[in-house]
Amino acid sequence: MASVDQEEGDAGREAGTDSQDRYDGAGSSSSSGSAKTAADGNRAGVGGMINPGRYGIERVAYWLMRLSGLGLLAYFIGHIYETSSILQGKMGWDEFLAITQTTEGHILLAIVIGMCVFHTVNGIRVMLGHGGVGVGRAARPDYPYIPASQNYRHKLGIYTAIVLAAIAMMYGLAVMFGV
Amino acid sequence: MALQAAAGQASAQQTGTQRTITLRIARSNPAHDSSTTGFDDFDVPYEKWTTVLDAILEVKKSLDHSVAVRYSCRQATCGSCGMMINGRPRLACFTKIDELNSSVITVEPLQNFPVIRDLAVGFDSLFENHREVRPYLDRENTELEGVPDGELKEYPQSPEELEQYIQFANCIKCGLCNAACPTMATDSSFLGPQALAQAYRYVGDSRDKGKDSRLKVIDDSHGIWRCHFAGSCSQVCPKGVDPAMGIQLLRGYMLGFGGGSGNNNQK
Repeated sequence: MASVDQEEGDAGREAGTDSQDRYDGAGSSSSSGSAKTAADGNRAGVGGMINPGRYGIERVAYWLMRLSGLGLLAYFIGHIYETSSILQGKMGWDEFLAITQTTEGHILLAIVIGMCVFHTVNGIRVMLGHGGVGVGRAARPDYPYIPASQNYRHKLGIYTAIVLAAIAMMYGLAVMFGV
Repeated sequence: MALQAAAGQASAQQTGTQRTITLRIARSNPAHDSSTTGFDDFDVPYEKWTTVLDAILEVKKSLDHSVAVRYSCRQATCGSCGMMINGRPRLACFTKIDELNSSVITVEPLQNFPVIRDLAVGFDSLFENHREVRPYLDRENTELEGVPDGELKEYPQSPEELEQYIQFANCIKCGLCNAACPTMATDSSFLGPQALAQAYRYVGDSRDKGKDSRLKVIDDSHGIWRCHFAGSCSQVCPKGVDPAMGIQLLRGYMLGFGGGSGNNNQK
């Protein structure tokens, strides 16, 4: 194969660094109080990953998606443990089920409902986006360069997921507390 | 010009017609001592047209010449002066102090890149990932047979075909997208939004015939499938490249949705 139209050289910015090994091996959370250490590779780490504050609602949705996914995984494991109590007979089952009938149990279940609804609705939005749906069309950009992929359709999808999750939580709480 | 380094003073002062801000510069020199890091504060005068790079260069000129910063064109073309400015990746030459609306401006090295010294980071990984996606047009050598020496062979392209990728050809490799990416924050093997968007730039080019080999590189668990469409890369891009769009269009193409790629050469 022949290479034509080679990209312009970037040799000027490739001036060496001997810290590549440290960079590859490390990861640490971000700290606003002190300068990032060079020895830790300057990778933002989990703290930088979940930072929802500086990149708009899309980053908040990313963070909530991760959080709700981990929450649902924890609930799934707990749910299996809960249902396994039936092996101890009716008494064991009733005893465990009674935990969910407390105020704390109701709040926990309401949070699970919220996580489930948000993860589902936002998951559909993200899957559509991953398929290239609703991310805009490639075109020559004009200043001030508003990214087409961060458009109102996806923002609407995120807000819809949050609102539906809130409604589902409120409905769940109303049913569980018998309001 | 009376400039005084004054640690800890967070004030935007009006002294006559001259306003000043406190510039907090992250300092570190890992080659000498990786444990000594911190911030140095400098009071710097500014006008409404003063950029963060101007302020840093003023510090170098008048207060502390040992501050390490990389820059070149001063007009958002070379992509050298990317850094974290008040916690967000920006080009220092393209960010006016006035627009930050802050009396204290904190500048740190770009996240997710190894620090060389102070504000200068190493881009080796960025360029390695960039090269990995084969950022050039692949054509068969046989196409050049019969072309007399000294003559050029033309690959014509319509304006519509140009529109498919021209946006992504604006990339200046400044690394801001990689610094903002939440996946890059934790995954050192991830190709990153810069390289993936460049993969789309060539996949979408009607003149390219290297699509198969290029897709083989990015079709990896640390490749295109690690992007979670947080979109932060597009929000910080100073050239309107919109890497998130390129990545989703490319993924859509790979999943069989069409993905907006106008290059039908090797479908």
